[in-house]
Amino acid sequence: MTPFKPVLLEAVGVPDGHTIASYKSRGGYAPLEATLAGKQPGDVIEMVKSSGLRGRGGAGFPTGLKWTFLPKDHPGPIYLCINADESEPGTFNNRILMEDDPHQVIEGIILSSFATRASTAYLYLRYEYPQSWHRLQGAIDEAYAAGYLGKNIRGTSFSLDIYLHRGAAAYICGEETGLIESLEGKRAWPRIKPPFPAIEGLFRKPTVVNNIETMACVSQIARRGVDWFKSIGVPADPSNPRDPGSYGPKLYCLSGHVEKPGCYEAPLGITARELIDRFGGGVWKGRKAKAVIPGGISMGLMTESELDTPLDFAGPGKVGCLGLGTAAVVVIDDQTSIVDFLHNSARFFAHESCGQCTPCREGTSWSLRILERIKAGKGRLKDLDILLEIGNTMGMMPGSTICGLADGAAWPMKNAIKKFRGEFEDYIKRTNPSGWMVTDPVPALQIVGAH
Amino acid sequence: MPVVIVDGQEIEIGADERLNCIEVARRAGKEIPHYCWHPGLSVVASCRMCLIETGQRDAATGKITMVPKLVPGCQTPVKDGTVIVTESETVKESRARVEEALLIDHPIDCPICDKAGECLLQDYHFQHGQPERRADLQPFHSRKRDVGPTVTLFVDRCIMCTRCVRFTREISGTAELMVTSRGAKEEIDVFPGHPLANKLSGNVVDLCPVGALGDKDFLYQQRVWFLKREANVCGGCSAGCSIHTEHNQDAVYRLKPRENPHVNTWWICDEGRYGWHHLHDQSRILDAARKATSPSHRGSGATPATETVEWADVVVKLRDDLKTAGRLAVAVSPMLTIEEAWMLCAVARSIDPEAFLALGFVPTKGEDETFPGGFTIRAEKCPNRKGVEEVLALYGAAGRSWNELVSHVAAGKADAAWITAGYPGPWIDTAAAEAFANLKQLVVQDLFDSPLMRLASWRLPATGFAERAGTWVNVAHHAQSFRQAIRPPAGVWPEGRLFWNMLGRRGLYDATAVRQQIAASSPAFTALAGEMPATGVDLRIHQLA
Repeated sequence: MTPFKPVLLEAVGVPDGHTIASYKSRGGYAPLEATLAGKQPGDVIEMVKSSGLRGRGGAGFPTGLKWTFLPKDHPGPIYLCINADESEPGTFNNRILMEDDPHQVIEGIILSSFATRASTAYLYLRYEYPQSWHRLQGAIDEAYAAGYLGKNIRGTSFSLDIYLHRGAAAYICGEETGLIESLEGKRAWPRIKPPFPAIEGLFRKPTVVNNIETMACVSQIARRGVDWFKSIGVPADPSNPRDPGSYGPKLYCLSGHVEKPGCYEAPLGITARELIDRFGGGVWKGRKAKAVIPGGISMGLMTESELDTPLDFAGPGKVGCLGLGTAAVVVIDDQTSIVDFLHNSARFFAHESCGQCTPCREGTSWSLRILERIKAGKGRLKDLDILLEIGNTMGMMPGSTICGLADGAAWPMKNAIKKFRGEFEDYIKRTNPSGWMVTDPVPALQIVGAH
Repeated sequence: MPVVIVDGQEIEIGADERLNCIEVARRAGKEIPHYCWHPGLSVVASCRMCLIETGQRDAATGKITMVPKLVPGCQTPVKDGTVIVTESETVKESRARVEEALLIDHPIDCPICDKAGECLLQDYHFQHGQPERRADLQPFHSRKRDVGPTVTLFVDRCIMCTRCVRFTREISGTAELMVTSRGAKEEIDVFPGHPLANKLSGNVVDLCPVGALGDKDFLYQQRVWFLKREANVCGGCSAGCSIHTEHNQDAVYRLKPRENPHVNTWWICDEGRYGWHHLHDQSRILDAARKATSPSHRGSGATPATETVEWADVVVKLRDDLKTAGRLAVAVSPMLTIEEAWMLCAVARSIDPEAFLALGFVPTKGEDETFPGGFTIRAEKCPNRKGVEEVLALYGAAGRSWNELVSHVAAGKADAAWITAGYPGPWIDTAAAEAFANLKQLVVQDLFDSPLMRLASWRLPATGFAERAGTWVNVAHHAQSFRQAIRPPAGVWPEGRLFWNMLGRRGLYDATAVRQQIAASSPAFTALAGEMPATGVDLRIHQLA
């Protein structure tokens, strides 16, 4: 295998790599100047479409296609929102990009705004990233000073302002319409669709919401070309006409029980095992992996035997996971209780459910209470069926919720119980020897309260 | 015409109608249960109770393709060929699960809940829920929170449909209510220092599908299943909102808005909603009385002693007294129905063919106030000025105002005056009443004592809005008929009954018969002929055509 040279992470470790001077010395902003000098917005859209770039935020929707959903000849304004509310547990790839190479992101934003004819871009940054905030604001100021932002950029009719907006730390603000509501100053309750943001988004105007890493990829495609991008990754499956393929480099966030956790750049399609062994130095303390989260906690779990699954957009789905998600790989070693894992996961989602849709609001809270009872030694085998039922019925997929948060809460629950049912049953039988088999409705416990 | 298929039944809808699945299903006689959706508010599709299966019938082939997942009926518009399935197993299971979920954080304190009996959570659970509870819950009482002068919030009974929040944002435009916290810990609350205190606040109680928002005025007064409801019209202002008067044993307990697309849509204001307490005020005038004629009855104070007169005698003696006095002036109160006004004018002219007829006192307060949602509270605090003016026009007294009547009397052009009033509060002061001091006979018909009443030689009780039947015409010429909801206090004849008897008509007063007579007598009232729709008619409908 030819050694893969990091591109998105090129500036990591470079002294003052976050400055505009350093970025330009690596060839940055030249593609932007070339684009502004001689290309039309349609050319940029075409470039991104043909590159096969899929959104890096989690859903993997083809970026160029998303842009084409904007209404034609709209009088404007059209808005571009950059989603940097990176709050999926285990995910920190956006943070690396924003802290170490903010201009790579900004150039992507300028190119994407040019392509979508947006003259205002909002960068929605999660509250917990103060360093990203400082670096981004510094970089935006530099870009204004250098004439890459502002009115009539480089003497063209194209103008762009970027507003850096700091969120207030809620997971739901990473959902694109929750983000839009939050930007409008409202409670981040995801909107019902249709209308989709491309038709009616921020301030009821056509809006595109893209991820930070997607923007960095746009910069790199503009600099290195479509062919370079398409040479990396996994081509589309010819037997599946609906598979757009998984092209380009991807930032994988490796964490959990590995020797060397970190953010690593690899071609899309690297297997989880390769990632853990080659980049992460193997599972820590010489142990074996029990389970691995393929792309953020809401994507579910892969077992040890599923670790050879390629981490491209289609891979994790083949082993029952929700998808690639944010490519945040979290390793759980064989000394860790899967009951504890699921309890922690349920606690997160019960805390972060926005509370709008009944099935998610009550489902996440109920499943947490059941898991708390199981952990308190009062579990029953029947509880596992109830948890599975909650998992199977909440979310966008069964149609019972507005946004995908509930799917994200359901997947770890479904995967954990289906793939590790034996461990759950052993735990319940061991901790509740006299009551595990009871199927009557349980009396309430005084000690059980939601955290 | 577009055709929608609801559970196999083909329903034709209008070509330009924009309906959602709930509305279409209703036409097919199917109720899709829903909490958060309300036709007067924006769609949020968050309660997920209205999840149904949908599909599309191909116009050319007739083949039906179903959507693989459930969709909210409230959020899904229908078009030609839309297929709706409201009773499949999947739909039923989904409803049962939403019901189960909603009860997880609910106190289930129905025995002490004011909403019990008219609660959607109860009704839907009975209809769509499962009999056994699987969740581990402890019984608890809901926490209670004061959110404003009119409303108490029972925090834990709330199912987070956010209808109330949307109402204050979209209809009253005051935005006092909000959602705090997240997930299952979410609560409705007000902003610190900004209580729910707008003029439409009571509507949030009606909107609440469960017992979370309690109306302080009604709280713990009556179990709702004892209440009877009568379709009435609010007499609080000239908007003439359609209401339900809810009562038991001749006592009103609360007023609720009655849906009427032509008048008030789904709302009423607090002034109207709580504007019924005067009906049960202990200081109401209950007897017909005449200034004492024999010296032995004459009092020593400022108020002349009176003697009670039996109603049968009033009919005769009142006529005699007025006839003897001479020239008559009559104020026709805008609180009267058009039937009563019409009969009163007839009575007056039968006593004195030259009787001076004029509109009664028109109480006003402030300016008309329109809210962002379009609802308007009128400054004119009487329900039937338009109707009485039309009646006066029939008697050649078009446009004659209260002030003209006062000048007429003050100028000594009348020997007797008959002032109908019926206002719920004070309306005339001593100075204004002075104009009527030197009449041979002064008949005052009112709910309460007043400086004018103290001058009267005849004191007659009046009745309130729920105690009468008839027709009122609102500020926009919209006429609505209503029946009597409760009986007036013992001993009180409604105005209509007195006028009916004074006209020598037989049997009991029949407002409908009088309305038909009025309709036949003038083109201005033709629209009132025949059966009156519950939502009323526009009086101008025939003039426009």
